[in-house]
Amino acid sequence: MARLSTPEELEATRREILARRDPGAPSISVCAGAGCLASGAAEVIAACERELSRQGLAAVVATRGTGCPGFCERGPVVVMHPDQTCYLQVKPDDVPEIVSSLASQTVVERLCYLDADTGERAIRESEIPFYKHQERTLLCSNIEIDSKSFEDYLAIGGYSALARAVFELGAEQVLQEVKAAQLRGRGGGGFPAGRKWQGSRDAPGDDKYVIVNADEGDPGAFMDRALLEGNPHSILEGLIIGGYAIGARQGFVYVRQEYPLAVQNIRLAIAQARAHGLLGEGILGSNFSFDVDVHQGAGAFVCGESTALMTALEGRVGEPRPKYIRSNVKGLWNSPSVLNNVETWANVPLIINQGAENFTRLGTETSKGTKIFSLVGKITNTGLVEAPMGMTLRDIVYRIGGGIPGGRRFKAIQTGGPSGGCIPEELLDLQVGFDELAAVGSMMGSGGMIVMDEDTCMVDVARYFIDFLTDESCGKCVPCREGLRQMSRILTRITQGQGREGDLELLEILSETAVEASLCALGKSAPNPFLSTLRYFRQEYEAHIHEGRCPALYCKRLISFVIDPDKCMACGICRKECPVDAIEGAKKTIHVVDQDRCTRCGTCIEVCPARFGAVRKLSGEALPAALPAEERALADRRKGP
Amino acid sequence: MDITRVDQIIDQHRGEASALIQVLLEIQEEHRWLPQAAMEHVSERLQVPLAQVRHIATFYKAFSLVPKGRHEIHICMGTACHVRGATRVLDTVQDLVGIEPGETDLDMRFSLETVNCLGCCALGPVMEVDKKIHGNVSPGDTAGVLKSYE
Repeated sequence: MARLSTPEELEATRREILARRDPGAPSISVCAGAGCLASGAAEVIAACERELSRQGLAAVVATRGTGCPGFCERGPVVVMHPDQTCYLQVKPDDVPEIVSSLASQTVVERLCYLDADTGERAIRESEIPFYKHQERTLLCSNIEIDSKSFEDYLAIGGYSALARAVFELGAEQVLQEVKAAQLRGRGGGGFPAGRKWQGSRDAPGDDKYVIVNADEGDPGAFMDRALLEGNPHSILEGLIIGGYAIGARQGFVYVRQEYPLAVQNIRLAIAQARAHGLLGEGILGSNFSFDVDVHQGAGAFVCGESTALMTALEGRVGEPRPKYIRSNVKGLWNSPSVLNNVETWANVPLIINQGAENFTRLGTETSKGTKIFSLVGKITNTGLVEAPMGMTLRDIVYRIGGGIPGGRRFKAIQTGGPSGGCIPEELLDLQVGFDELAAVGSMMGSGGMIVMDEDTCMVDVARYFIDFLTDESCGKCVPCREGLRQMSRILTRITQGQGREGDLELLEILSETAVEASLCALGKSAPNPFLSTLRYFRQEYEAHIHEGRCPALYCKRLISFVIDPDKCMACGICRKECPVDAIEGAKKTIHVVDQDRCTRCGTCIEVCPARFGAVRKLSGEALPAALPAEERALADRRKGP
Repeated sequence: MDITRVDQIIDQHRGEASALIQVLLEIQEEHRWLPQAAMEHVSERLQVPLAQVRHIATFYKAFSLVPKGRHEIHICMGTACHVRGATRVLDTVQDLVGIEPGETDLDMRFSLETVNCLGCCALGPVMEVDKKIHGNVSPGDTAGVLKSYE
């Protein structure tokens, strides 16, 4: 395919690609996202190719490794086109049957989604409850295209928004459209993108920059990676449009090196766009010139902060700087720079193509459009969820996420990454939106949602996040560097049963100082995990401090594992599985945990057969005396004294 | 590390000082750690003070200033893995290999690191050994996984 030098050539090429393609032609899409790859997707793809050529179908049926469609829980996910049959947890051994079903036009029912409640199978992707309740405007393309194929992106309408922006709307109108769409930044703060762009457009200076923030550092969040890996051109197109709107000639993609596939795919997309005249001098024959470079982050959470990221792009240590003048006026190399998150950029082509009105159709008063959440933790359907803004947390957790596995009870949902907060059960009917989440002491952040059940200790969760942030603090401001370290020490002490009177008050003072006196959002929001858990779960803190008890039976120093002599059947499984040989016992002899050797890893409770259920956890109560050695014979005890 | 290779990497980035982080990343990627000689050479060629090179090498997590073991163990401590019991997996692995995160054992067999999220949250807790992901590991599984790495 040659360089496209007019918008008409772009459309002609698109028509030519579509004409070559038979929409009814069968093809197999296999998710090649990180989650599915870890569950063996590469082997499934190889098996598909092998089997297709064995059955002589290699020429008529294409196999694609696609981006992540979101249903990581049941990976590897396979979707058959054109009828959208969706197979889950596919193993290479299942592939011959799948390929044979193409010829016989049947469905391999056993691999389809089984609804545990109704006992019915969902054949198509859209019928699976996990997908049915979502509103997928961004993620839907992931399973349709080969992320490495430029043609595939053109086939779904790619770069038509760019052509429309440059040849129909003009920069000012593009800006108005983004403003009218009320697009807010998807990376954390939720700052209105249109206002940010306007600031840069109006700022003096010839060199202006647009930047993609793909330094997705929140643990448990991977939606940006899914978009970068699955549909890199959509982000690139958004970035080019942004560059056009503010008058930039250069863009950057700052992506973390921990995402090698994302780096590879975005680099490839840039090379393809350049080769086809969508980047470089005179894009599509216009007088707009623009190019993009990829920078890899070297592993620093703080570089997700806008000013730190720009400092890192300049090749220096990523420390935030004061924002007396915002970076959209004075940013990268002191020039006006617009930094937006991956998902924000990916929304831009949609807004330009479908109009602001269509975009604002979904959402709440102040948060429009959809948001991708990564729904993880103690949830039945782990995965990426694209929901309209304004959906309730309850719908996300139960209708899409399928609730809590193992019959456990929901306790809290943590949103917004390390700087976010924990939201308790009584607030589950909250609508998700930037301001709605902030009002309850949490935040949207980049969209991580970690579900916690009754076995999760909220004090430990606070300790976990504060530890994380202590480690990631760049060290510039004292309240963050030193304050967080002290908070981490105190919280660690509490989880170890050495909490003292006054600890909570001290933690509150340290929190207040960090919020007031830190320079960047990392420090300012760092105490959130503590403050929100204290607000909603104060009784857990008090139980740790005053009673030396962990109500969730989680904190290792505060719990013990014991074997109930009346239930133990001396099967010996726990004794064999215990990694530190802390279980005494023998054949037909009731087992006993040696409390001095036990490391409280919990293996015994996991492996004890459910029908015995002999191992239990205790916290804050006296241990029952170990059974004297002479009374441990199983037969004697069962017969009674 | 071969200094001519360092030169090649620097040349690919046209010797620009702003490419410092990218240059160090490539050296780290190939050599798996940053020897002093390589950092000195980068400092000279890019005309960046050695103190600044070391600042970057110690600030960012991707860099190591000491050699790594034959096998690199990464235990995911992301939030999803954490609530699913990653701490217990880490504790057990620490006991098994006798080192703490950030350390390498004396036989240079294993290096142990914690990572913040590998993005395979559906498989948590996750342990990665030499870029191979082992999902849903329980503390009891870890010994079996590590046994196969000599």
